[in-house]
Parts: sequence; structure tokens; C-alpha cells
Amino acid sequence: MTEPSAKPVPTSKRGDVVFEAKGLSKIFPGVQALDGVDIELRAGEVHAVVGENGAGKSTLMKILAGNQAADAGTMIHMGEEVRLASPLDARRRGILLIHQEISLVPELTVAENIFLGSLPVKSFGRVDKKKLREMAESVIERGGYAIDPNDIVGELSIAKQQLVEIARASAFNCSVVIFDEPTASLSGAEAEILYGNVERLAEQGVAVVYISHRMSEVFRLSHRISVLRDGKSQGTLESQRTDLDEVTRLMIGRTLEGYVHRPDSEPGAPLLEVTGLGVPGYFDTIDLTVRSGEILGLYGLVGAGRSELAEVLFGLRESSGGKILWQGEPVSINSPRDAMKIGIGFVPEDRKVQGLMLGLGGQDNMVLSILGQLSPLGFTRPRGERAVYDRYRQALDIKSPTAGTHVGKLSGGNQQKIVLSKWLASEPKLLILDEPTRGIDVGAKSELHNLIARLASEGMSILLISSEMPEIMGLSQRILTISQGRITGEFDGKTVTEDQLVTGVMQTGTTTADALESESANV
Amino acid sequence: MTGRAQSTTSGVSGVSTRKVFSVLRGNPTWLLALLLFVVFSFASPHFLTAYNLGNIVAQSALIGFLAVGLTPILVSGNIDLSVGSVLGLTACLVIGLQGQLGLPIAILVVLGAGAGLGLVNGLIVEKIGINSFIVTLAGMIGVRGLAFLYAGDTSLASPDFTLHDIGAYSVGPFSVISLFFLGSVAVFQWVMKRTLHGRNTYAIGGNRTAAVDAGVPVQRHVIINFILCGLMAAVAGIAIASDLGAATPSYGKDYELWAVIAVVLGGTSLRGGKGDLLGTLAAVIALSILRNGLNLVGVSPFFVPVIMGSALILVLLFDRLSSNRSHTAE
Repeated sequence: MTEPSAKPVPTSKRGDVVFEAKGLSKIFPGVQALDGVDIELRAGEVHAVVGENGAGKSTLMKILAGNQAADAGTMIHMGEEVRLASPLDARRRGILLIHQEISLVPELTVAENIFLGSLPVKSFGRVDKKKLREMAESVIERGGYAIDPNDIVGELSIAKQQLVEIARASAFNCSVVIFDEPTASLSGAEAEILYGNVERLAEQGVAVVYISHRMSEVFRLSHRISVLRDGKSQGTLESQRTDLDEVTRLMIGRTLEGYVHRPDSEPGAPLLEVTGLGVPGYFDTIDLTVRSGEILGLYGLVGAGRSELAEVLFGLRESSGGKILWQGEPVSINSPRDAMKIGIGFVPEDRKVQGLMLGLGGQDNMVLSILGQLSPLGFTRPRGERAVYDRYRQALDIKSPTAGTHVGKLSGGNQQKIVLSKWLASEPKLLILDEPTRGIDVGAKSELHNLIARLASEGMSILLISSEMPEIMGLSQRILTISQGRITGEFDGKTVTEDQLVTGVMQTGTTTADALESESANV
Repeated sequence: MTGRAQSTTSGVSGVSTRKVFSVLRGNPTWLLALLLFVVFSFASPHFLTAYNLGNIVAQSALIGFLAVGLTPILVSGNIDLSVGSVLGLTACLVIGLQGQLGLPIAILVVLGAGAGLGLVNGLIVEKIGINSFIVTLAGMIGVRGLAFLYAGDTSLASPDFTLHDIGAYSVGPFSVISLFFLGSVAVFQWVMKRTLHGRNTYAIGGNRTAAVDAGVPVQRHVIINFILCGLMAAVAGIAIASDLGAATPSYGKDYELWAVIAVVLGGTSLRGGKGDLLGTLAAVIALSILRNGLNLVGVSPFFVPVIMGSALILVLLFDRLSSNRSHTAE
């Protein structure tokens, strides 16, 4: 590992090419994640990488950071061809990936985390705390990060934890720092702080790679933008000389109009009516109504409490007060079984963590929620299960070699179709979809959108939670925006504009300046 | 490795070959058992006899009962380290109670005691939420203490030899105890593969969160598995008492470790979600062949555990390497 030093060592001049990848390809079973991708990074630039979910951004970043090996292609770092065998290998060469999920040790202090792996030691292997503190202070001072080296990392906000990761990058004189959706779980004020730090990192001569879905921050921060679509490079643009339309066109290969899948049918009677429902830590009180056959979109930033609301409705999380009416009757939902009994299904946000048994086959996964009904007296009937599997495999066009092929080996789109089938098989009246197309390639996404629209037009109610604007605008008949524990707006899906939605989710109780102040007051 | 095994046998009979092949593919442990079998058949003239083969199964039965009960526990992502102690306690109980209650009632009481101890483990794990490793480690120490409290530091023997006589009965080369063992493998395999309980157990081990979300009564299934495991430990206790016609409270010491090793060697993941009883059977038999064969070829008894320990590491290493290869795509 690079010896951490107190002073920044200028390794390359601004504008020099520090890293170049040519023809990177990567194949996963059933999907070509990357197909001949080129990228060139220069010292001192913020290089945005954009593309839809499944376009290959994450795979590209994992290859650049040594988490995965490319099947083909070359990488040149500082004029030298490199093969990155592991994240540690990449880090030794000065390439650091800052994950969407923070990868720090929560029990250790800020200083210990910054220098983890190369802590200064005294005799008998004891950590030299005094020196560690001095080193950390110098790094923090140099970067102007608002963190205390003695704080325990687990007690810091996500934004501050990111600062620790950034401080770590500057401590090790990284030449390439990759940010993977860094603002996905930050509030507006916290994001502002992050932007400043990203810019400062670039000013220090680091080549910053910035992956984001948020076009506003991409245009604000980046010098150049590389676009990926379906695993292929669509070109690199100068941020000053392009605009949102051009980038979007390259990203999706068509205009936004192609996204509309909204069913024409008129929603019926109210199915679910929620009044005054509290979600501890997120909502004091929330009211919403879902009608039968309606797609209700819930739009808000990650961390706004969308998933938590869904968990309350599905009985996975306790509510604090409030009333739930189901077809006009009061009900209490205390467990997923209660929810399923009245006819609610829930496709969770993270299918790998919450939705699937990756080591079991598609059939086993699909019948899980209805296995009791399929097994009279507790004895399973393989033939009945197979019939369910075959029905949904055909209906949803699931591509899996056999019914028993472990779902961990399938593509994201097929995995999601299996999670969806699991809930369709239980024939719910209301299906809650939390980020139903995250990490799925464009083709499968469009199929899923069509399917969701079809289900609604057949009378199923859908509560659609998504942070993808085209998805929510293209599918929902009605859209609620939520921010900071409140519903901030209700819009007709046909007439709503992107600006209205952005305004809705950015509405905060306090101004950005207030939040910044309280942020520094905490220090 | 499995590929070669298929090519040498293919063409003999299509369907059965394919079936054998699929079993071998699922459980490479069978190949280990087969390999050891062949090696010792050549190494010792006493190995390949009906008597010795029956002996191998008989020697595997005690660890085997425990391993059978442990398999669903490990599949659900838990562990039960108390089974060796439960074996010791129940062996003493069945000998001790036989005189007072008569054999049939004594057996029922002892099975109930095993199931009850399993229930306690399961309730503590699920309702209080303490890791099963800790709960059953405490159970292992505590139950061993109960055995000594009940029996004192002596060996118990019974004037009534009915239990011992039943244990001595055999069908061909197989003792009654061996047959019970093989039967329990069949029953548990069926439960795991063909009942709601078994299938949900795989689901819980595969992804507990997803199982909860899908409305699976997770706690109930886990508790049932602990009860079944305690029950099988009691069966093992009765079997050892029957086999030896006596009991001491130290019976079954370290057996839980051998049972866990057998289950893991048989392809059940310690992380849960994967494994079955055929794999466990293969591993129990393989371990038994290894121990038996080493004794027959005259290896010093002090070397046997060293060799067995080393062989285990090698097998698990091999398994790790081959499963790594097939998982690189994920």
C-alpha cells in the first residue's frame, strides 16, 4: 500500500491522461455487461459516467477498481499497462472506489479508518495513537473536511462517512477516485458539502470519476461526460458543449416519449385508504389512497422514507398510530402474513437481500409465498409447483435454463421477474413495487413496465415507488411526491412535469443554508 | 472428477447411470466414500467382508443419528452443539428409568426429554433471539451437568437385558440400530424434500429476510427443527445404551463435533440453504470407513485422529476450490 505522507505529492500535471481503458468487455451468464468500452481519465477532471440502470456503469467501475476482471481489453495507468487483481491491488496503484454503500469499519475512529491497513506502529506492534492523530489531522486540515479524527465512524451521518472515505483517498495520494452514486442517500444540504469536496479533490490533481443518475449534478460538477448504453460506449462529451437532450438521447437511444406505458383504464373504488399513519423516524402522519386498478406513483429521494412506508403497509415495520382501511373496512396489518391474507404483495427494493434465495432454483423461489396452498396437509406436490412455474415463465418470458437453475446465476431482469411472479402467484389485489427495475437492462425494463401496466388494466392496484423519473412519469396515473416526512404534492400522471416532481422532492422544512449551519454546529 | 466417473459407467444402463451420476454430482462425498472403500479393500484382507461392512454401518449409526438431526438445523442456518450431551443424558435416563417405568414408557419419556431439550434450545434461539451457537454451547455444558447429576460419576447398568437384546438383533449384516439409522435418513430426506416444513427450511437458510417477507412462519420451522434434532439425539442415546447395555454420563463427548463435521463434509453449508441427507449419509459412511480401515491396516490409534483431521481439511479444501470455480460468475 502507498505510504501515507503528510504532504500531497504532485504525481501528474492537470490535464495529463492518468488512466486509459480500451476495449473492456465482460460477460455474465445471460448478459453482456460490457462490450468494448473505452474510457480516458485526465488529472484534475471530474469525469461523469452516465447511463441507465444496467447500462454497465457498475461493472465498469468494478473493473477499474479491481473488484472484477475484464474478459477482454487493456488498462493503462500512468503510462503502464496494468492488470488489477484485487481492490487492494488497485488501491496500491492509487485507484480508489468509493462505494454507494460505505465501506468503513463503524466501530473504529475516523483517524483509524483513514489509515486502516497502514496504521503507524510503535514497538511491540502497538498503534502509535499520537502519530495517527497527527497524520489524520494533517489530512483533514489539508482537505478542509469538517470531521473530527476521534469520532467513532458508526455515529456519523452518511455524508460525514463519505468525507472519511474522501479523506482516505487524499491520504493515500490516489490518482483516480471513483464515486458510485455518492448522493443517492444524501439530503440536499449534505450533497452540497459532497460537491465541494469532489471539486477540491479534482483541484488537487486527482482524476475523479463520478457516476450519477442526477443530471443536474452531472452537469454542475463534471468536465466531461461518458455515456454508456447496453454495455457499449456512446461517446465522451465536453460538459460545456452538450446539453441534457443530447446526453439523454445517447443514454436511452430514443426520446422520453417512448417511456409511456400508462394504462388508459379508469381507476375504480378506493382499495386502500391510509389516514394519519405514522412511520417512526420518517413520517409523523401520512394520508394516501390507492384505488383499484390504479397505479399510484410515490416519488422521493432515497432516505425519504418511501421503503419504510411500504414496509409498514406490508406489516414488516411497526407504525405509530393511524388508520388503515381496506375496501372500506378497518384492518390491522402486523405481519407479512396479515398483509398477504387481505391481498397485499410486496416486491422489495433489494431483491438479493430481501426477495430471493439465490442458492435455490426459480421454481422454489416462485412458489415460496403460496407453498402452503400448494401443499395439502404439508406435503408438497412437485407437479402443482411446476405448473405455477411454467405459467409465469411463459407469461413473463423468464429465461432460465431449467426450473432448478439457481436464481443467483440469472440476469437481474430475470431475477426480478421471478420475484414479481412470486407475488403474482399469490394473486394480490394491491402490489407494492419498490424500485422494481433497479439494476435491470433496458430491454427487460421496458417489458416489466408493460407488464405493470397490464396488471393495472386487469384491475390490480399498484403502489409504485421509484426514484427514476421516467419510470414514475411513464407509468403512474397519479403521483405523490414526498420529502422530509411529508407529502409535498399530488400530481396527475398525464400532465405532471419533471420540474414539478423535482420541486416536490426538494421541498424541505429548512433551507440549505440552515442545514449547512446545523451540520457545522454538530462538529 | 465427476465427469470421468460418468464416462466409465455410461452405456451400462441409461436411466440408472444418469441417476447415479446426478447423485454423485450433487454429493462428491460419495466419491470419497467410494475411493476409501476401494483403497481399503486392497489394503486389508479383512475389510471387504459382510461382517465388516455391517460393522462400518453400525459404527456410523451413533454419529449418524446426530448428523441426521443436525442436517435440517444447519440447512436453516443454525447449529446445535448440545446433541452430544443430550445423547449422554438420554442414554443414562433410558437405562435408569427402564427399571422403574418399564422399557416402552422409558423410551417414550426419553424421546420426550430429547424433544423437550430441543424445544428449549429452539425457543431461546427464536423467541429471545440469541445466536444458536451460544445457546447450544451453553446447552452442551448444562445438559452434560444434568447427566452427571442424574447418574453420578458412575456407570449405570440395568438388570433387564431387553433393550440390549433388541440392539443385538440383526438382519443379514445390518444391526437393528443400523437399520433405524438408514430409515431415519430416508424419513428426514423425504421431510426435507417433499414437505412444506422441509422446503421452508431451505428457504429460511437461503434468505431469512425473503422468507419472512413471503409470509413463511420462520420461527415455527426453526423451533420444529430443534425439536427434531433433540429427538434424534435421544434416539442416539437410546441406541448407544442398547448397543452397550449400560450408560455413563460421559457418553457422546465430542460427538457433536463429529456430527457437525459429517454434515458439513456431506455438502451442507454452514451458512444454510444448502445440503441434504444423502450427502450427510455419504459423509458419515466415509468417516466410518476411514476410521475402520485405518484400524484394520494397523495404524496406531494415536495417529488415527491426526489422519482423519488432515483428511477432512483436504476434502473441505478441495470442495472449497471446486465450488469457488463454479461461483466466479456471480
